[in-house]
Amino acid sequence: MKLNGAQIVCESLLQEGVNVIFGFPGGKVIGLYDTIAKYPALQFVLVRHEQGAAHAADGYARATDKVGVCMATSGPGATNLVTGIANAYMDSVPMVAFTGQVPRADIGKDAFQEIDITGITLPITKHNYLVREASSLAETIKEAFYIAKTGRPGPVLIDIPQDVFVEQTEFHYPARVNLPGYKPTTEGHPSQIKKAAKLISEAERPVVVAGRGIHIAKAHEELKNLAEAAQLPVVTTLLGVSAFPQSHVLSYGMGGMHGMGYANKAVDAADLVIAIGMRFDDRFTGKVSSFAPHAKVIHIDIDPAEIGKNIRVDVPIVGDVKKVLKALQKVLEPKQHVAWLNQLDEWRHTYPCEVRECASVLPQYVMCELCNVTKGDALIVTGVGQHQMWAAQHYIYNKADTFISSGGLGTMGFGLPAAMGVKVGRPDETVWCIDGDGSFQMTLHELATIVQEKLNLKIAIMNNGYLGMVRQWQDLFFGKRYVATPLTGPDFVKIAEAYGMNGIRVTRPEDVRPAIERAMAHDGPFLVDFIVEPEENVYPMVPPGASIAEFLVAPKKEALTWSRRSTP
Amino acid sequence: MVATQHTLVALVQDKPGVLNRVASIFRRRGFNIDSIAVGHSELPNISRMTIVVNGTSTMVEQARKQLAKAINVVKVVDITEENITARELALVKVKATSDTRSDILEIADIFRANIVDVSMESLTIETTGDEDKVESMIKLLQGFGVMEIARAGKIAMVRGPLGPMPVAKARNEFRKKAD
Repeated sequence: MKLNGAQIVCESLLQEGVNVIFGFPGGKVIGLYDTIAKYPALQFVLVRHEQGAAHAADGYARATDKVGVCMATSGPGATNLVTGIANAYMDSVPMVAFTGQVPRADIGKDAFQEIDITGITLPITKHNYLVREASSLAETIKEAFYIAKTGRPGPVLIDIPQDVFVEQTEFHYPARVNLPGYKPTTEGHPSQIKKAAKLISEAERPVVVAGRGIHIAKAHEELKNLAEAAQLPVVTTLLGVSAFPQSHVLSYGMGGMHGMGYANKAVDAADLVIAIGMRFDDRFTGKVSSFAPHAKVIHIDIDPAEIGKNIRVDVPIVGDVKKVLKALQKVLEPKQHVAWLNQLDEWRHTYPCEVRECASVLPQYVMCELCNVTKGDALIVTGVGQHQMWAAQHYIYNKADTFISSGGLGTMGFGLPAAMGVKVGRPDETVWCIDGDGSFQMTLHELATIVQEKLNLKIAIMNNGYLGMVRQWQDLFFGKRYVATPLTGPDFVKIAEAYGMNGIRVTRPEDVRPAIERAMAHDGPFLVDFIVEPEENVYPMVPPGASIAEFLVAPKKEALTWSRRSTP
Repeated sequence: MVATQHTLVALVQDKPGVLNRVASIFRRRGFNIDSIAVGHSELPNISRMTIVVNGTSTMVEQARKQLAKAINVVKVVDITEENITARELALVKVKATSDTRSDILEIADIFRANIVDVSMESLTIETTGDEDKVESMIKLLQGFGVMEIARAGKIAMVRGPLGPMPVAKARNEFRKKAD
């Protein structure tokens, strides 16, 4: 069967089970878009800026088991994808990005809208391709999807010159890939697994640190089984939030810079850290030289380059987290750690996660009420900043893989387009985008996409009139000099209305719950602009350069009236 | 930890941009590549790179692991600690007059180097050997007036019947047993 390049792209996407593409058209891809229109099985979501396409594909991929697909034209279209691709790379999200390129004969001549996008994205993609002839397109797409979703997932970019889209060639979709340089290890080494089991059985103060690898490998059940079998307390990283049910008696919350005090105390005092699908990011470890000073470390990860990168490791296990945990479970001896768990519960008592009473709306309180109204069942997607930390701290995640956020790159503006992708991928679930007024303004134009696509998405803005996280650092470490952080925001309710959706503003604590209920009851997208306490800081906080045991706690201002959970 | 010279051997797929991918991994970690030599290997469509870099063992090992992850890199090993044969090639153009020519020829002879070009004012000498040999010869020639030097990067092979990959594997297994 002879097809042209554009048809080969579409046919190959169908072969890969793709049914949604997020993108924006342009000169070099008009032909491709014309062809996509002839494939009704491929839903096309038109974003308002290519960065939104990449974040939407990212959110879509995290919320489904699929590879996210985004598409842009050459030049500025391609460069606009860059932040989104980098975000997916840092957080190991499977994505394939297609970009148009100038015709082959014009490459290297600084033609109109020509940019070396494979050069630009070389350090932020797992792999990338410039397709030089239609005959290699099918094989390239096959490889790209395989590379994106296997091993440690990541984004792959395929750059296709305009004339390749019209070149005719025989279409045959390969059944398998031929990549001699790419063979991810999935089975953990049995002798390493035995060593790990031995360390766990000898440990008196073990702690599990679970990261995004649990979500990627879908190893939630295995993690729970392991923790219960050996009575291991579980702490998560930011992206590991919802890897383990937070109401579970063995759950000790999120650790790291804005982690729970008791979680950081647990890691600091542990004699064994069992790190699973995480990479010892500096936001989690704090000062590396004093990280878990008494602990031996077992590190389970699919990426061998992560072993020993930041932290010395005693027992490395390279492999798929799900497979390794299953194998580990088989050789593990049941154990109790009564004294250790009692100690942790005492810390939980000393450093509780709670919300104080306040005459104005506290963002933490909004999170608690969001959790109450949605019964902890919603998919929470955040931007980056203070609101992100409060969303991670104060919503109680008991359902697996329900917290979606930009971790590694910390991309402000991720929230709205990512939530859009999440809602497209999981249309039947409640999706809340929790954003800050700063983060939201970076990509709020995607409201137009949400309205056009009739996405029933709920948006909560924690509007404090500041770039809050930076303001907090200025408050604590720069003598309260609020430079370039006060924001004169627009009227977000009017913005919502201008885009053709509904919204309300909340200024009093007693209106928080009714507003959330109204948003939930509304059939269609809904925005709630919460005017929150402007100078509220995120606590606990590990100051930069400090050990995680040296976290700051909130200065006591008023009586505490609400506690996150009853301490066991 | 002290920075030392490391020699890495990589087998890479013969694809456009592969040199860029390899170099980029060193660039972003701030390595200065001392030399890099690329050419066809004994395998079809596979090139062999010999990369010489300075760095601490941990930094080089991290770079090696990142190299190993690159899709177009089939294998990569650090052969610094192996028993290796390493060679460099240099062409040196030296000022030569009727007075100095015989002295220069004598030096070339001692180093078993070849004269590849002669003119009234110059001699071009070709030498191969390890880095020390090439360096010492150039040093001796400096007194006559070196006009030009062209050096190819180091290429290296592990001594004995095994290639770099099996040797590294065997050593790792030995180490594991020793643990």
